[in-house]
Amino acid sequence: MECPLPNSADTLAIRERRLPLLGGRGSGVLGKGLLGIYLTALVLLPIAALLTKAVSGGPGAFWREISSPEALAAIKLTLAASAIVVVVNAIFGTIIAWVLVRDDFPGKGVVNSLIDLPFALPTIVAGLVLLSLYGKGSPVGIDVAFTRAAVGLALLFVTLPFVVRSVQPVLLELDLSMEEAAASLGAGPLAVLRRIVLPSLMPAMISGVALSFARALGEFGSLVLITGDLPFKTEVGSVYIFGQIQNDSLPAAAAVSVALLLVAVVVLGVLSFVSQRQSRHVL
Amino acid sequence: MSISSAAGVGRARGAPASGSGHAGERAARARTLGVRSIALGYLALLLLAPVAMIFYRTFEHGVGQVWSAVTQPNAQHAFWLSLEIVAIVVPLNTVFGVGMALLLERGRFWGKGLLGVLIDLPFAISPVVVGLAIVLVYGKTGWFGDWLAGHGIQVIFSVPGMVLATAVVSLPFVVRETLPVLRELGTDGEQAAATLGATPWQSFWRVTLPGIRWGVVYGVVLTTARALGEFGAVSIVSGRIEGQTETLPLYVQDRFENFDLTGAYAAAVVLALLALATLLAMNLMTRRTRRRAQA
Repeated sequence: MECPLPNSADTLAIRERRLPLLGGRGSGVLGKGLLGIYLTALVLLPIAALLTKAVSGGPGAFWREISSPEALAAIKLTLAASAIVVVVNAIFGTIIAWVLVRDDFPGKGVVNSLIDLPFALPTIVAGLVLLSLYGKGSPVGIDVAFTRAAVGLALLFVTLPFVVRSVQPVLLELDLSMEEAAASLGAGPLAVLRRIVLPSLMPAMISGVALSFARALGEFGSLVLITGDLPFKTEVGSVYIFGQIQNDSLPAAAAVSVALLLVAVVVLGVLSFVSQRQSRHVL
Repeated sequence: MSISSAAGVGRARGAPASGSGHAGERAARARTLGVRSIALGYLALLLLAPVAMIFYRTFEHGVGQVWSAVTQPNAQHAFWLSLEIVAIVVPLNTVFGVGMALLLERGRFWGKGLLGVLIDLPFAISPVVVGLAIVLVYGKTGWFGDWLAGHGIQVIFSVPGMVLATAVVSLPFVVRETLPVLRELGTDGEQAAATLGATPWQSFWRVTLPGIRWGVVYGVVLTTARALGEFGAVSIVSGRIEGQTETLPLYVQDRFENFDLTGAYAAAVVLALLALATLLAMNLMTRRTRRRAQA
């Protein structure tokens, strides 16, 4: 059968030829080459060098490096502190998002913009900021400097925006009629929260939690001043890696780096899997 | 989408389910107040009070001391070095970010998903690990160490390495902020321009770039803030040589560890003010895009 209209493959070919700059297959070879070189120099080569260094002594050596007592203590503390911090974030982040969307009070706009402050503030300043109130000579009589509580406090500070900013847009889009219907059928506020609001917010909460967790795993700057970097006590993974680099034991540093990196990649991978499934579910 | 969200806000602001009587209303009001105080109390303790405290501590002995602290030669050097690094990194990452966003959104090739993951990778890696990875490639004992030394190029413990480290940690911002705007813009305008005889460059400058400019600018603001404040990666590749490879965040640590609290607080406040300026810029920009979305 003859068809006067071009078939879809032809249309695609035309579209492709017309797509400007870097869109088409043949166009912009130079541009693509430059992008590739930049990405290779900045990300690909360094990651490859890191992985090579970590396994250069074989799997046995890799295992020995990450299971040395100090490394193990640092990794355990990192995982435990990050886990606690994301639970606190999930609860308080959701409450803050709720207040910013459903509540109204003078100064709400200012509070809303201040949420992003931990992202904008340099991490070393974040540490100093916390130390000035909760360190030695604290005007409120709380001194957490050089304790494990300081690790948690600093991590809470730098990861604060993740859950709030994930939950907020979902809450804004949430249809109130479901909650109203449930309430009119006699559901109490707690039942509405548990049965209707929380299930809708769950994917956003998980996403915020995963991002906070990945960030907490690698955090360094805010911990330097306030934790004192005491081995077996307040030394987290990134601080341990820093110490090993200063001691020129690069294989140990690389091994622990790769171990933490793997955890972060798995967490973020699970996140993208969950969010993909969720969006399919919605469709 | 903008309509539905506007309607949602309108209803959220309105009265909740009615007809539950005065007692119910009072209970609801008490609940609202309770939740509000929990949220604001948490924010005050974790965020507001400490930030206010550092400003108080900085200025408690007068502005004169602060001024002399920030005009120290080493402080000045650190400040200008930080700006120099920002001035190199931000244009590089902006050009890369816009180009990469175009490639990811408009290109069709194998491994696109993997490329996206690769670009986001710097966010999943600790800054310390970024520093280490750079040393392993460009350091004295690194992959290119001999070649670089043979050509008299020093990367680690000098400014090129610090630029490199800063560029890596701030790499994803412009790509991430440009990509969704580019997707929303579509290709209709560009195709119209092409039909009218515009070259790809003309259509990029006159159609695409004006369409995505707020996304790009937002990415640039985030890149600048991150580049100014980067600590971990730069700490490793710079060697922290006072007055030579010390950026402002490194200077804060240096002063603190040398028991010069005034110097540390003063430099930290300079960085905090820059962070507040960043927040303000971000705020103005989101308000602008929101207004445009509603129009």
